Amino acid sequence: MLKINKLSASIENKKILNGLSLDIKAGEIHAIMGPNGSGKSTLANVLSGKKGYEVSGNARYLDEDLFKLDIEERAQKGLFLAFQYPLEISGVNTSNFLKTSLNTIRKSNGKKELDALEFLKIVKKKAGELKIDEKILSRQLNVGFSGGEKKKNEILQMSLFEPKMIILDETDSGLDIDALKIVADGVNTLRSKNRSFLIITHYQRLLDYIKPDFVHVLMEGKIAKTGCSELALELEKAGYKTI
Amino acid sequence: MREKELEKLKDYKYGFTTDIESIKAPKGLNKEVIQFISNIKKEPKWMLEWRMKAFNRLKNLKEPDWQKPKYPKINYQDLYYYSAPKNFKDNPKNLDDLDPKLLETYNKLGIPLQEQKRLNNIAVDAVFDSVSVATTFKEKLTEKGIIFCSISEAIQKHPNLVKKYIGSVIPLTDHYFATLNSAVFTDGSFVYVPKNTRCPMELSTYFRINASNTGQFERTLIIADEGSYVSYLEGCTAPMRDENQLHAANVELIALDDAEIKYSTVQNWYPGDKDGKGGIYNFVTKRGACRGKNSKISWTQVETGSAITWKYPSCILQGDNSVGEFYSIAITNNYQKADTGTKMIHLGKNTKSKIISKGISAGKADNTYRGLVDINRNAYNARNYTQCDSLLIGNKCGAHTIPYIKNKNSSANIEHEATTSKINDEQLFYCNQRGLNQEEAVSLIVNGFCKEVLQQLPMEFAVEAQKLVGISLEGSVG
Repeated sequence: MLKINKLSASIENKKILNGLSLDIKAGEIHAIMGPNGSGKSTLANVLSGKKGYEVSGNARYLDEDLFKLDIEERAQKGLFLAFQYPLEISGVNTSNFLKTSLNTIRKSNGKKELDALEFLKIVKKKAGELKIDEKILSRQLNVGFSGGEKKKNEILQMSLFEPKMIILDETDSGLDIDALKIVADGVNTLRSKNRSFLIITHYQRLLDYIKPDFVHVLMEGKIAKTGCSELALELEKAGYKTI
Repeated sequence: MREKELEKLKDYKYGFTTDIESIKAPKGLNKEVIQFISNIKKEPKWMLEWRMKAFNRLKNLKEPDWQKPKYPKINYQDLYYYSAPKNFKDNPKNLDDLDPKLLETYNKLGIPLQEQKRLNNIAVDAVFDSVSVATTFKEKLTEKGIIFCSISEAIQKHPNLVKKYIGSVIPLTDHYFATLNSAVFTDGSFVYVPKNTRCPMELSTYFRINASNTGQFERTLIIADEGSYVSYLEGCTAPMRDENQLHAANVELIALDDAEIKYSTVQNWYPGDKDGKGGIYNFVTKRGACRGKNSKISWTQVETGSAITWKYPSCILQGDNSVGEFYSIAITNNYQKADTGTKMIHLGKNTKSKIISKGISAGKADNTYRGLVDINRNAYNARNYTQCDSLLIGNKCGAHTIPYIKNKNSSANIEHEATTSKINDEQLFYCNQRGLNQEEAVSLIVNGFCKEVLQQLPMEFAVEAQKLVGISLEGSVG
């Protein structure tokens, strides 16, 4: 699905990622943990194509050179980033935003665009399954949303777009236990042999609900250790210093 | 060369010219030219005298110069003041009399004049350069006693109405451009809606400048008699030319007791090229008088074109309980400049006004909201609500808000809110990550920003306007 080879990235001459390699196969869930400043969010940004980074190394996504694709092309080809801090866009109705995005993605994949009624039916069904209050649909995009509502909105988009490669950037930060379960349910429902996840997190507790195939520890811009889900528990007890 | 032209046309799809023979008045501004215009229109003597009076006053007036966008001095003697398609017959009885090239032009513009094909339930008056070339749907309107025709026709057929109301809202000597218009206006639309009549369809005028070196001076007069309602929409385009062309129209609205006029504008004159060369100077005077009690005038404007837009559609709230509204979207990109807003003059008791202005600035453009809320001594319990929002795209453009408030009555209630925001890279990244490209993202954000105003447009035009908002900002980021 996604094969990253010796990826380095710097911003304003400061090196953040330093030769990171990672192979994510279809159907796998990888968790990335690591101390503050280890490069977790940079990894998410670089993979999704955010501008402003000097990037070297390579990444193949579905047998294409990932770095040759624009941000929106990556998204249209099924790469989805759940933002750590989802953006507020005033005046733009959430439902309209989701519909426009979904139809753009569908169109680029040769699928028929949905009309307003078809879309509403689908989005309401998804929101219901995820136990997300559909009232957020009629509000302005993320404007005045609580932290939890913003993250739920990301999960709703994730389940609506049905992407192939999903990156969650600290989606669990700042969530209460109920919201955390919604996020985990969203991931577990979408889990399939054709879909992969890269879950970036600070805490082990999300991994109580989502069982990853691999846990990686990111330190100083590269993978310092890889293990199975027990590694997360060890880290929780002993901290990163022992690595 | 051909390719270059085509390339340019892609940016402004209305930029073509129609190769049509025209009759022009001699170049220059003088008594003979005014006489020429009046003659060719077979105007009664009083109309010519009125024009001459304006012309004489013009000599003592100076062009105003307090506006923010400055422009090179206009040589008024170097302009043509009258241009009409040659094959155009006086008052064409039906569309078959029209030059097929004209019909083709309007089809190209998306304004089919043939009635069977025209937009659903919208009567159209089309003004090509200096003359009105076609008015559709006349019979249906006549049944209800509604007059919708060119102002030239109205001067001949309904002289009493014209005489009574023309210049009654914008006086002959109001200011330089308004007075210039009074002297040389060539055509425009006239609407009269009789007592207790609801106009059953949208009335629409489509203005097109075709000839070069020609100023366009239309005059529109709309009268809503007691208890009547009318919704009117104007659209405008012009070919791409390297020179700047002057468009100085006057629009007067009169609402009598319990009457309501809704006036919408979608202005898409040629804005000039990416380097600021060419484009229309859109210096327009629009004013409505809520003359009767409980009357209402509502202006909605979507201003996306023109090199310079300089206009303040205003309401004079004379009648007690009358209501004035102004909803505006002004978009400036590249080197475009806009200085626009409104004046709400509260004279009657319990008068209310509402101003919603959305200015969007991109490229190296400059956008100014300038507005006046004037509460007179006797305007007890007047209310005004003003909201001015500016949106900046990029860091080379400007947005300015200049609200004036004059209050002479302590019972007034005046509210003013203003915000300035910027589309930032993080927002664009978020939209891109959801599959939208830069232009789609900007269009979505901007349409969200101006939603409150777009909602005021008649349904049939709201969709078009939404697209226009997106198109006019193409290339503004990236």
